[in-house]
Amino acid sequence: MTSTTTVSGGFIPVCRLDQLEVERGATALVHGQAVAVFRTYDDQVFALGNYDPFSKSSVIARGIVGTRGETPFVASPVYKQAFDLRTGACLDDEGVSIPSYEVKVEDGVVLVGPRLKHPKRG
Amino acid sequence: MSTRKTLVVAGHGMVGHRFVQAAIERGLTERYDVIVYGEEPREAYDRVALTSYYEVGADALSFLPGGQYEDPRAKVVLNTQVTAIDRDAKTVALSDGTTQAYDVLVLATGAAPFVPPVPGKDLQNVFVYRTIEDLQAIEEAAKTAKAGVVIGGGLLGLEAANALHQLEVETHVVELAPRLMAVQVDDAGGATLKRHIERLGLTVHTGVMTEYIEGYTDAELVDEDAEGNTDGKVSGLKFKDNDEVLPVDIVIFSAGIRPRDQLARDCGLEVAERGGILVSPNMQTSDESIYAIGECAAPGGRMYGLVAPGYSMAEVAADHLLGGAGEFLGADMSTKLKLMGVDVASFGDAFATTEGSLELVYSDAVAGIYKKLVISEDCTQLLGGILVGDASSYGILRPMVSSGMALPENPEDLILPASRGTAQIGMPDEAQVCSCMNVTKGEICKAIHDEELTDVPAIKQCTKAGTVCGSCTNILKNLLTEEMEKAGKAVSKAICEHFDHSRQELFDLIKIGKLASFDAVVAAHGTGRGCDICKPAIASILASQFNGHVLDKKTVGSLQDTNDAYLANLQKNGTYSVVPRIPGGEITPEKLIVIGEVARDFGLYTKITGGQRIDMFGARVEQLPDIWKRLVEAGFESGHAYGKSLRTVKSCVGSEWCRYGVQESVAMAIELELRYRGLRSPHKLKGGVSGCARECAEARGKDFGVIATEKGWNLYVGGNGGAIPAHAQLLASDVDSATLMKYLDRFLMYYIRTADRLQRTSTWMDSLDGGIVRVKEIVVDDALGLGAELEAEMAQHIDSYFDEWKATLEDPEKLARFVSFINAPGTPDPNISFTEDRGQIRPVNFDEPVSLGSSIPVGAPQ
Ligand SMILES: Cc1cc2nc3c(=O)[nH]c(=O)nc-3n(C[C@H](O)[C@H](O)[C@H](O)COP(=O)(O)OP(=O)(O)OC[C@H]3O[C@@H](n4cnc5c(N)ncnc54)[C@H](O)[C@@H]3O)c2cc1C
Ligand code: SF4
Repeated sequence: MTSTTTVSGGFIPVCRLDQLEVERGATALVHGQAVAVFRTYDDQVFALGNYDPFSKSSVIARGIVGTRGETPFVASPVYKQAFDLRTGACLDDEGVSIPSYEVKVEDGVVLVGPRLKHPKRG
Repeated sequence: MSTRKTLVVAGHGMVGHRFVQAAIERGLTERYDVIVYGEEPREAYDRVALTSYYEVGADALSFLPGGQYEDPRAKVVLNTQVTAIDRDAKTVALSDGTTQAYDVLVLATGAAPFVPPVPGKDLQNVFVYRTIEDLQAIEEAAKTAKAGVVIGGGLLGLEAANALHQLEVETHVVELAPRLMAVQVDDAGGATLKRHIERLGLTVHTGVMTEYIEGYTDAELVDEDAEGNTDGKVSGLKFKDNDEVLPVDIVIFSAGIRPRDQLARDCGLEVAERGGILVSPNMQTSDESIYAIGECAAPGGRMYGLVAPGYSMAEVAADHLLGGAGEFLGADMSTKLKLMGVDVASFGDAFATTEGSLELVYSDAVAGIYKKLVISEDCTQLLGGILVGDASSYGILRPMVSSGMALPENPEDLILPASRGTAQIGMPDEAQVCSCMNVTKGEICKAIHDEELTDVPAIKQCTKAGTVCGSCTNILKNLLTEEMEKAGKAVSKAICEHFDHSRQELFDLIKIGKLASFDAVVAAHGTGRGCDICKPAIASILASQFNGHVLDKKTVGSLQDTNDAYLANLQKNGTYSVVPRIPGGEITPEKLIVIGEVARDFGLYTKITGGQRIDMFGARVEQLPDIWKRLVEAGFESGHAYGKSLRTVKSCVGSEWCRYGVQESVAMAIELELRYRGLRSPHKLKGGVSGCARECAEARGKDFGVIATEKGWNLYVGGNGGAIPAHAQLLASDVDSATLMKYLDRFLMYYIRTADRLQRTSTWMDSLDGGIVRVKEIVVDDALGLGAELEAEMAQHIDSYFDEWKATLEDPEKLARFVSFINAPGTPDPNISFTEDRGQIRPVNFDEPVSLGSSIPVGAPQ
């Protein structure tokens, strides 16, 4: 384990839940990094890295949020690749994924935690 | 010592003009003074487009507006006929009684319509169809005529018939041969053409011979003509073997053309047996200081009645005079034209005269399509063909003949019906569909087939076609439809997995159900929570119908693509560009200064756009409200450059300043831009207005183009630039401003109602059965009775328009979105950085994801 593992829960508050628009993203600054935070229709909250590897720009939070089958996703606003909100996996290109982070809502406050580990696909 | 020589050109027609141009461009005027005599009262003009004279006027057809070349060593003398040639003295006699010496003489006298010796041919109101003056006379006669007849059912005869028909005269076409266009098409093709033309309301008489033209007797005319002009006017046409006389007031002869070779005959030059001045392959006549080019010439004894071979002759003659070795070796007589809205093409060995050749015919009597391919005995090569009713594959087929390219395995594919208006169907497998990713038609079809793909996104994912600029998406859709139909499967019209409906169906469902939000639409007709396809489409439909604010949270706020979501255009590094509206491209110095100041103060890159406005690049999300605050204060409003909506109405300066202008194009452009600003549509919409037929605003490259005429405005629709450019087509001519707007209201609303998502007006029109003709019926003739409703919908849009940016600035809730970070609104995103080029900023390209993406350090920084 490295020094970046969770310390005291490791969650830092970014905003109130009611500041997040339903089915849209917002960008938060977490330890100097841009993180995209999303609130879905059923009031679940997700966090992904804001950096879009296809367009090489920091824009993921500004994409359209929707579902593919049961999968909640955001489409990059630049070239429209879809990313799974839960895992950061790109739904259009198997080899690609972006980081996803733990999130929770406590007392109406959204907290972003450590990066989630996902088993490598494929 | 060099003395300048004199080169005289007889005839300032299409070919004569081309010759003088070549002479100037290639430096012949360094050695020669060129004098061109033209017998017509005007300089050379586009005779091929003669029929459009009624639409665009004489000025637009001119090849040399102003009447003189820029090179002063080439002089044009009009209204002057060359009446005789003295070869010994090397002079020509002119109709003004003078003579002119020449060192070299070029005959470009063209051809004249052949008028057979039919009794009555000298009556009044008997015309030919060759010059603008002929058309003017016909137009005058048509004002009082009820019916007219064209004698001759060839290419030119049908053009003349079309003109008569458009002048609202009941029109007959009489052809001696058993079919129309006997030179270009075969019996079946001629029959198809005949049906088309009859459907338009013209009457065609084939296989009949004219016996004489009947005139009114003086007594009969007295009543009709109070001025007492009792000269015999045409009253009817009598056919052989038929007792009834066809009552007509106008007769137009179009029974072929004859080379104008009389000058040559009179001075003893050799002429061809069937007419035309005999010339060598370098265009010299039997007198080597005299050349002949164009329709008056007969290289190898044969005259060519088309302009392209004439142009080649002009180039060859100029080349030879410069000492070049160019030769004229015959020409391709392939033709493709649109006659009265009917495509007709004939190319190569259209009549299957090659020994052993085979014919492949596709014919659909209901749709009025006839296509024939002539292929070689061993089925490997295309030799020629005839296309009537749908000539979209001409562009592919004709090169196949000339290049000798091998035929595809199933040559019949080349003439099977094209699916909804793409020329792409019928293209060979090697043809590139997606040029960004270099994907061919063959690869796409194979993927559809092998991978059993059933929608466009799957094709994109599998083949990568359409993943970069996306402009080939519509072609992918067509290929999919075609492949699926081949396999006997139905194609779903569903726009995405969330809705089983096409955009048009959704439009109607939303309208009928008065569904005002995405939630309501999805609850009533869809599943899931939508995606990047259906959400913007529904946002656009809702905006077209309800015209609320695009950032309104309750209705459409979460549906917008990032451009609409931030009311600005996302650029490659995540910054935005800002475009204030500059209606018609007209702007005061004060406002220009404001734009300059804003760009300077916020450090933005500025560029003039193609739509006559100014784009400012490099704005960070959090800067947008401040930028717009300044712009709104100065009186600017949103330019909607970010929306699938009306962008600009481009204009030329028009009659207020321009010497040629006939209407105030700027004022009209401004009026239209303000009328339709903010109108959301299936794709972006652009307009243009030109102040005269010179068309400086390039209006015909727009979704709607307005061109001023002496009498009002011509309205064109369905044009665009981009990857597949299209010229707008004429919807109405000479209308006044009120009618123009009425038609435009209807046109735009009907498009918004019925087009597919991301379908521009041109492809939408192609997809309507009947294309522009159908649009005309709906918009001009109000065939569906929708006119008033469409106008009311547009009126509602106009009444409810407001500036989105102004409204956003006034609403803190909407402004909340415009921050770099929700928890650090003032901190600029460190991922954005710029470098400088040519004195302005541009994005730095990150080739590596900065430090993002590995992990988030948590806890106290070390
Ligand atoms: C309605 C119409 C439609 C056509 N459509 C097509 C088409 O779709 N495609 C195509 O390829 N071709 C078409 N053509 C044919 C095309 O216009 C001709 O091939 C072309 O104009 C030939 O050019 P030219 O210079 O040889 O003759 P012209 O353009 O006729 O020019 C000859 C000029 O010389 C003048 N002249 C004649 N004698 C004298 C003299 N003694 N002194 C001074 N001046 C003289 C004449 O007045 C005339 O202005 C069409 C023609 C018409 C009428
Ligand atoms: S199109 Fe406009 S600018 Fe061009 S010549 Fe006509 S009026 Fe003048």
